[in-house]
Amino acid sequence: MTRKLTGLTASRRAVLQGAGAGLLTAGFVAPIWAQAAPIKLGFQLHRTGIGAAYGRWYERTAQAALKMVNDAGGINGRPVEIVFEDDGTDPKRGAEVVEKLTRQHNCDLIFGPLFSHVVIGSAPRAGELKVPYLVCSEGFHVAGGKLNRWSMQPGITDVRAQVQSMAPWVLANLGKKVTMVFPDYAFGHDHRDYFTAAVEAGGGKVLAQIAIPPTETTFTRYMPQIPTDTEVLYHVMVGPAVLTFVKELGEFYGSGAKPQIFGFIDSLEAVDMASPGLEFLEGSHFWEGHCRNKQPDAPDYEATYRAAVGVDDNGASVSDPKDISTYGHMFSVWETLHIIKAGMESAGYQGAADRQKFVEAVEAMTVIPASLAHVQGEKVFNGKTHQVFGLQFISRVEGGKLVKVHTSSMEDGMYPDAVDFSTQSF
Amino acid sequence: MSFGPFLLLALLEGTVMAAVLALTAVGLSLVFGVMRVVNVAHGEFFMVGAVLAWFVTTYLPFPPALSWLVALIIAPLIVAAIAALADTLILKRLTYDPEATIVATIGILYMLQQAVLTLYGPDARPVPAPFEWRIQTPWFGYSGYKLFVVAASGAILTAVWLFMTRSRAGLVMRATQVDRDIARAFGINVDRVYAGTFALGAGLAAVAAVLIVPIQQAHYLMGHDPLLLSFVVVIIGGLGSIRGTLVAALVIGLSDGVISMFFSPTLAKILATLLVAMVLVFRPQGLFGAKA
Repeated sequence: MTRKLTGLTASRRAVLQGAGAGLLTAGFVAPIWAQAAPIKLGFQLHRTGIGAAYGRWYERTAQAALKMVNDAGGINGRPVEIVFEDDGTDPKRGAEVVEKLTRQHNCDLIFGPLFSHVVIGSAPRAGELKVPYLVCSEGFHVAGGKLNRWSMQPGITDVRAQVQSMAPWVLANLGKKVTMVFPDYAFGHDHRDYFTAAVEAGGGKVLAQIAIPPTETTFTRYMPQIPTDTEVLYHVMVGPAVLTFVKELGEFYGSGAKPQIFGFIDSLEAVDMASPGLEFLEGSHFWEGHCRNKQPDAPDYEATYRAAVGVDDNGASVSDPKDISTYGHMFSVWETLHIIKAGMESAGYQGAADRQKFVEAVEAMTVIPASLAHVQGEKVFNGKTHQVFGLQFISRVEGGKLVKVHTSSMEDGMYPDAVDFSTQSF
Repeated sequence: MSFGPFLLLALLEGTVMAAVLALTAVGLSLVFGVMRVVNVAHGEFFMVGAVLAWFVTTYLPFPPALSWLVALIIAPLIVAAIAALADTLILKRLTYDPEATIVATIGILYMLQQAVLTLYGPDARPVPAPFEWRIQTPWFGYSGYKLFVVAASGAILTAVWLFMTRSRAGLVMRATQVDRDIARAFGINVDRVYAGTFALGAGLAAVAAVLIVPIQQAHYLMGHDPLLLSFVVVIIGGLGSIRGTLVAALVIGLSDGVISMFFSPTLAKILATLLVAMVLVFRPQGLFGAKA
């Protein structure tokens, strides 16, 4: 049985002709349209999964920075647009997100991922696609040479520099015998390796290294591993259960004798210091990348920054005082977007063909003075290792607030270059 | 820490874990025993229970103890209703075919998880314990609430056992478990028994969750661990045997507590999984299960 083609039914030939014409037109029109189009930045976001608390605030910070950049005329006179794509804090999806942002959304570059296992899983794909990949991850994997020339960390100091800056102060003020509790993956391993080295170099001793899987939900069972002669308990934890971790630590010590406690604010990011069970933290110390509670000596532009990202003087959302920000880390997104602007402008960035020029322009950066764009403080960028260096803060918990007691110097965090990316091919 | 207190803490942690495991696994075991359905969505019923507890304790203007008690009643009821609906709409239409129900419950797992992610969000949120009481030993402090969890789960398991052995509904459920066709011939509404059993199993998971959530936090991914451990317990104890579930929960919980403390939590998990493999090879029906 055959079916007659009527005038209303499209024949195969007509469909093919139409599609072909459409493709041709698209091909001709696209380049002309692209020149007037906004610069498209891809944001690899931990919107769900174990990094969701960070993701929520990284997205808000990125939106705030984007508004500031666009209000000031965009980049190279072009408006800027950010495409957010959730990676579920999952390395496998991370690589897919890199692919999607580059090939499907045609983003000029990608920035924003934090969790080190996701970054390590995604960066190789960015290298293959030859797309700049600016991470906000803290890990030593960038400066350690594990990634590639397309991966850079211009917005936040890496863990190695952070812990190396902390060790002398901890040894001088809290004690010499340290026990470390850290999450059992790349980020935690950087803490373990470089803090232990720095403590030993400073004449102290690390008594025990207790690794905890980042997906763990109950922690009491790890605590008896803390030796009783520990003078300083060093803790850094990530993931959705950080509050449980700190609470159980308090429960474990109870009203009995306890060592000095030195934590990385990661253990309490997005957690209210006033949560029941955290009273024992009073008098303990924290590393902070950026002081959650506004300090008396804060520069004027910090108020502008807090207003822009919607955070009050206590580090909570202005619309919900129970929604605590990831203040100690999220400045990295703000600063990275400003580095992108500076890099694209100095490279005269026009489109994807200039991606290499952009990387070279960022590599050429050195001293970055403190300003509203670099709100956390002055920084020094090392173009060889693709890593930025900045100041670190130590705060003490007083009356439930974090009060800054020490600021490290830039030199405290410096270490010999482990890699020279500028000699590697693109 | 010296050996004595170390062991005491290990046993305390192990007992808490055993109590939680028994409570979570008994629902899974019940559903399999009566309906022969392997409910892969069991962990998600647990998770929904915990998330509902967060909603109740957050939005009810009562003191923590009272709002938690309300959650302990409301959350299991809602979860049971969802389960009954899932049974009527999905499992019944598959005529409880074992392979099809596994795939269907995997689907339910993702639907529940994504629904919670959409409505509740990706954050872990704390639920306040009904009371804050800490036991202080000379060597360490311990949460009094955790001991309450042990007592409560003991009471609930006893209630489930009494329900199954002493009540008419339990008798009907056991009759259906033994032979569904004969039960139907005797005028038992098997459809209703199945919906009720599925709801009861899910409700028990939710009860466990409301008990646990003050010592963890409500999070959309929290269903994975309970599911895995429930399967470990139920396979070792024998699917469908409440006594086996209880014994296996004690074995797994206590050994996990002790091994995690003296060696490492990873080793404890490895050994539990090895035990499952051994049971499957040498005694597939489980330690207390009847031969299929």
